[in-house]
Amino acid sequence: MSATRTSIYRRRLLVNRFNLLVSLLTMAFGMAFLFWILIVLFGNGFAALSPTLFTQSTPPPGGAGGLANAIFGSAAIVAVATFVGTPVGILAGIYLAEFGGDGWIARSTRFVNDILLSAPSIVIGLFVYTVYVADVRHFSGWAGSAALGLIAVPVVVRTTEDMLRLVPASLREAAVALGAPMWKVILKVTLRAVRGGVVTGVLLAVARISGETAPLLFTALSNQFWSADMNAPMATLPVVIFQFAMSPFDDWKALAWAGALLITLAVLVLNVLARTVFRQAGPR
Amino acid sequence: MNSPIPFARPQGVPRSASPDAPAAPKMSIRHLDFHYGAFHALKDVSLDVGEKRVTAFIGPSGCGKSTLLRVLNRMYSLYPGQRATGEVLFNGNDLLGPGVDLNLLRAKVGMVFQKPTPFPMSIRDNVAFGVSLYERLSPREMNERVEWALTKAALWGEVKDKLGQSGMALSGGQQQRLCIARAVAVQPEVVLFDEPTSALDPISTAKIEELIAELKSDYTIAIVTHNMQQAARVSDYTAYMYLGELVEFGETDEVFLKPRRKKTEDYITGRFG
Repeated sequence: MSATRTSIYRRRLLVNRFNLLVSLLTMAFGMAFLFWILIVLFGNGFAALSPTLFTQSTPPPGGAGGLANAIFGSAAIVAVATFVGTPVGILAGIYLAEFGGDGWIARSTRFVNDILLSAPSIVIGLFVYTVYVADVRHFSGWAGSAALGLIAVPVVVRTTEDMLRLVPASLREAAVALGAPMWKVILKVTLRAVRGGVVTGVLLAVARISGETAPLLFTALSNQFWSADMNAPMATLPVVIFQFAMSPFDDWKALAWAGALLITLAVLVLNVLARTVFRQAGPR
Repeated sequence: MNSPIPFARPQGVPRSASPDAPAAPKMSIRHLDFHYGAFHALKDVSLDVGEKRVTAFIGPSGCGKSTLLRVLNRMYSLYPGQRATGEVLFNGNDLLGPGVDLNLLRAKVGMVFQKPTPFPMSIRDNVAFGVSLYERLSPREMNERVEWALTKAALWGEVKDKLGQSGMALSGGQQQRLCIARAVAVQPEVVLFDEPTSALDPISTAKIEELIAELKSDYTIAIVTHNMQQAARVSDYTAYMYLGELVEFGETDEVFLKPRRKKTEDYITGRFG
């Protein structure tokens, strides 16, 4: 090998090492903050964990209590939002991917969906407040579900459409070539081919809305007491964390840490679940 | 130069059960034109696809042979901007005409694609999918039909113990035979093959060619292929296409041994294309 060739090669090795080092450093920088957050959260959260967390409702300052009402409220409101939002989102995603094509309906739906996807969640809370809460003159769990559903739908629409677009045209044609009507092609073949990805989208939407606070402030408000009435104000974990963390009382702050830990763990579990489902049944 | 043609069949090997009896046309293509948007892909093509015969379409890439195949089951209708004009008579009815039920048409004119496309379901369900669209069968009848179709496609022996497994776990050649079983299971009248072996190894290719020869006794077959030896081996009639036009059409032996047109001869002797 001539001298120039060797020097070019040496230079390339150096550049390679330098770039690798820089990218490792930036990764370490980002991960450091993530782990910092988790360490602080786990330290404070696990210290505040107690069995009464799941059996008692939020206490008055100085009293003993738990988060049972907030845990139930969050679960109920998120569940309703998911059960209503998921079919709407999946059906809209199917329309956009399989029928809409490049027509004006599909294009404007995609545009509006993108806006909704990035809309500040507080705006969506205010919207539900204006059109529903202000009209019936009371806060309620239903209103909270409506706001969270509006946040979840665009996420599901987007992932469903993106996933269906990954289905190769040949698979769709193969099903059509057997004389299958379009709805059967979609239901039995294309949607099935990407069910892992669609389920992942739904789980990510659930993870996203279970941490939302702002839209719940205007809709579900909160409730100091145990309440399973979706038509009345309901406590939720994010709102309780918000209120208790801002308070001057140490036992309330501890409960806020415990609540933050619960949400984080729940979202973590959902993400891990989403990833394993995705790996098992993703698009090929 | 009159190069020897390497894929001529040895003398005395019969080409089909009744080699000399002219086949009744199953599909009659008359003055077919096809457009992709502004692009004129097929120009005034007319030919007959003989019943229970294998008709091969050969020609260089972009000559319109796949396009022609996709007209025969109206696959192009999935895509706006693609249109065909002219006439394609199938059992006496123009399948390009208005009011044609495309699903029913496709149930009668099956298709096997270039790349194997197993559905994301079990081997058994892959075969049963098309059948259950148009027939109400008891579970026992369905099992029999699945076995029958898989046997026809020469796959039964390899999969009979794992019918519940995913069709996507099979090898490429097995997947393609699964797709053939799936097409045959609905008992169509015509089966279209769009370069069915171009993604397969030689052994799988040989199996599928044998299969096509066997299917001929029950079905009308049209096959598009890039492989001229394959066309010579499996087909009774060959159509040579170039730039959207049908250059030559006739019995395969004649097209390969004494082509009437210079263009055809240049192509099949490898001087061009």
